[in-house]
Amino acid sequence: MSSTAVDTAQSRFLCLEEPHAHNGTLLGFWIYLMSDCFIFASLFACYAVLGTNTAGGPSAAQVLDLHGLAINTALLLVSSVTFGFAMLEMSRRRKGAVLAWLAVSGLLAAGFVTLEIREFLGMIAEGAGPGRSAFLSSFFTLVGTHGLHVSVGILWLIVLMVQVGKFGLSEANIRRLQCLSMFWHFLDLVWVGVFSFVYLSGVLR
Amino acid sequence: MLEPTTHPAARSFLFGRLTLDSLPFLQPDLEGRIVLVTFIAVCLGGLAILGLITKKRLWGYLWNEWFTSVDHKKLGIMYMILGTVMLLRGFADALMMRAQQAIAFGPNMGYLPPEHYDQIFTAHGSIMIFFVAMAYIVGLINYVMPLQIGSRDVAFPFLNNLSFWFTFWGAITFMVSLFVGSFSTAGWLGYPPVSELQQGPGVDYYIWGLQLSGVGTLLSGVNFVVTIIKMRAPGMTMMKMPVFTWTSLCTSGLIIATFPVLTATLFLLSLDRYIGTHFFTSDFGGNVMMYINLIWVWGHPEVYILILPIFGIYSEIVPTFSGKPLFGYSSMVYATCAIMILSYLVWLHHFFTMGSGADVNSFFSLTTMIISIPTGVKIFNWLFTMYRGRVQFTVPMLWTMGFLFTFTIGGMTGVMLSVAPADFLLHNSLFLIAHFHNVIIGGVVFGVFAGVNYWFPKAFGFKLDESWGRASFWFWQIGFWLAFGPLYIMGLMGVTRRLSHFDNPALQPYFIVAAVGAGLIALGIASFIIQIGVSILRRKQYAVGGDPWNGRTLEWATSSPPPAYNFAFVPNVHERDAWMDMKRHGYRRPLEGFNDIHMPSNTASGVIIGTLSFLCCFGLIWYIWWLAVASFVGVIVASIAHTFNYHRDYHIPKAEVDSFEHSGNWQDAAQGANA
Repeated sequence: MSSTAVDTAQSRFLCLEEPHAHNGTLLGFWIYLMSDCFIFASLFACYAVLGTNTAGGPSAAQVLDLHGLAINTALLLVSSVTFGFAMLEMSRRRKGAVLAWLAVSGLLAAGFVTLEIREFLGMIAEGAGPGRSAFLSSFFTLVGTHGLHVSVGILWLIVLMVQVGKFGLSEANIRRLQCLSMFWHFLDLVWVGVFSFVYLSGVLR
Repeated sequence: MLEPTTHPAARSFLFGRLTLDSLPFLQPDLEGRIVLVTFIAVCLGGLAILGLITKKRLWGYLWNEWFTSVDHKKLGIMYMILGTVMLLRGFADALMMRAQQAIAFGPNMGYLPPEHYDQIFTAHGSIMIFFVAMAYIVGLINYVMPLQIGSRDVAFPFLNNLSFWFTFWGAITFMVSLFVGSFSTAGWLGYPPVSELQQGPGVDYYIWGLQLSGVGTLLSGVNFVVTIIKMRAPGMTMMKMPVFTWTSLCTSGLIIATFPVLTATLFLLSLDRYIGTHFFTSDFGGNVMMYINLIWVWGHPEVYILILPIFGIYSEIVPTFSGKPLFGYSSMVYATCAIMILSYLVWLHHFFTMGSGADVNSFFSLTTMIISIPTGVKIFNWLFTMYRGRVQFTVPMLWTMGFLFTFTIGGMTGVMLSVAPADFLLHNSLFLIAHFHNVIIGGVVFGVFAGVNYWFPKAFGFKLDESWGRASFWFWQIGFWLAFGPLYIMGLMGVTRRLSHFDNPALQPYFIVAAVGAGLIALGIASFIIQIGVSILRRKQYAVGGDPWNGRTLEWATSSPPPAYNFAFVPNVHERDAWMDMKRHGYRRPLEGFNDIHMPSNTASGVIIGTLSFLCCFGLIWYIWWLAVASFVGVIVASIAHTFNYHRDYHIPKAEVDSFEHSGNWQDAAQGANA
């Protein structure tokens, strides 16, 4: 075999230049969120099956407070908007504005979690705790798991604010902000499911 | 064995509900003696290994080259070692059960009290699925898939390391229950109401061991999907991927869609146990069948998570040793995808007896029967690949043919069980036990051994001994039928599973035959271990080059074992069976013109986070709250600290690449190119 044939085979079968690394972080994180959907799906399924099993205890209509819910929902949805502003500022590379909008989003979410904890404590004080009936078990677990996600999101947001403050809007930090942004909007979406499926239909029932 | 420590007053701040009474090897009865002997043996063996490592000064090597490694190949090998160790544990359980059932008739109660027997069948099932089969599957995918797609590593190398340590510590959680406290008696899926019982830490061991390994598996699934989607070599379109990579993709998709359900279900069970909720209780509105449904929404796809990559292994082995491309590549891919989707629609066939009505049962009965069609397609594809091929009867091929024979029968008994009215009679009988061992041993275990024999030369640069490999195969094949043939027969006669004692002496001969079968399988496992030992001793004699089998896919295009960077130049793919295509076109390996190669760095974070998670789980199991809280905070701090490390990669200088490319183990590859 002649040497030219060998050379052609080489360039045909090999990338002689080192190819660019593909970054799969955003795809990977999105897939993780889809798997998280299945956790929520399981909890929604439990609520669907057990949500009317009050075992002689209070029903959804008796314990759920729609006024508190309105404020709660508003806080969470607005925090998604402000997070969107942070992302817009990120693409303009304005670090200070990014940090400011992130702080606003974090505070709004913290308000959401605080209200939720108050609601939970109030229900437990009234004797409607998670051990009272299967309905309350599934209610506390579904709503609480969402609240836990939001709390983790807040912790992540604080860490990321420190990192953006310290290392600037580097490539890695932009990628992390994009991931957190997906997480934030994902939790919003889950909340829409929670309030329509648990609160609204619970009060109607 | 009631736990005397469950009384709240007996709990101390420092040790929770853990007291000296919870150490079974201190009990004066026969069980205590058995556990004591095992405990001493494990301690001595462990000390001997640790001493040897210290004496040979291997700690630094193990830490730097293995424990903190993010190299998919090393992690793959560690998974395979974990799987083998756990196979020995799980199989010891099997031997104990077979011995008990062979003698426990009439007045003879056997040597295991029911409480202990229940722990053993629970441990056997969950260990075999989670820490043997899953460890082997994830290990093989880890090792082979990135090489097959011409990649340098997986998409998230650190997560890969973390996944391993989660799985490892999950296995350790199970093992600790041998000597500290007791294990669950609720069966491998932890059915309530038994798993709701508060006495003892057994179910908690089960829950937290599975939670740890489940998180590890989920992260692996995400990792593999992104790797396959984003990191294939240029030119390798989806329909040019090797079939093993395809099956890895489908399995990872199933992992992503089902393991979260397992996590959620076990989470709800632990809420019932820890804070007194009522998801699966019999009172306060709880619903036991909710658990059964949820766990099988994970559990049925799980068996396809195990078998799909194994189908991929056979699809690599059969063409290689038939000297032909795979028959019906596209149909193989579509069959895999069809199985992936259908596997999500059959879970209720595990409990037709729930009484959900004829309409629901018919639906699940039909989907179950339909799933055998794509599986049949695959069987025919392998047979047609062999048809008119030049079949070489190597050890991997032997396992493959043993699989075709055994698995097909297992599949047919599965179709029998899918007929709902028949299932009402066969539910929870030994027929079912024989059926699922028939598909899991005849499918998954045979496939793992086929894969190990096939890819071992790639990972270590020498082949495995042929004669011990054949011995292992025949012991397993004959042992399997002796062990499970009698179970099929007794199942049809109506004998139920999970019994530790029988009244009818007419059954004893069947159980004795089954015990003999288990003994033969033990010899099969011993032959496998000897096979590896003998091959290591004769590694010079068995040494091979990069392409010992005249392979077809890209993993054979590099040296054996491959360098850290896998390929000096990323391959450019034009056809299916890319390496065969390269060989046919007179491809010669370049020996100059190398570039610096960008690689991920090792990290200790995986070891640290995994270990802290284990401590947290141990604290939760024994109600040692300070330990649980402290190590949970530790996990969060270690994870955050890890994100502050922005320098996670390095470059292998081209001089180093150059020197490896001139010294690596290539010989056969060059011969293959000449052929």
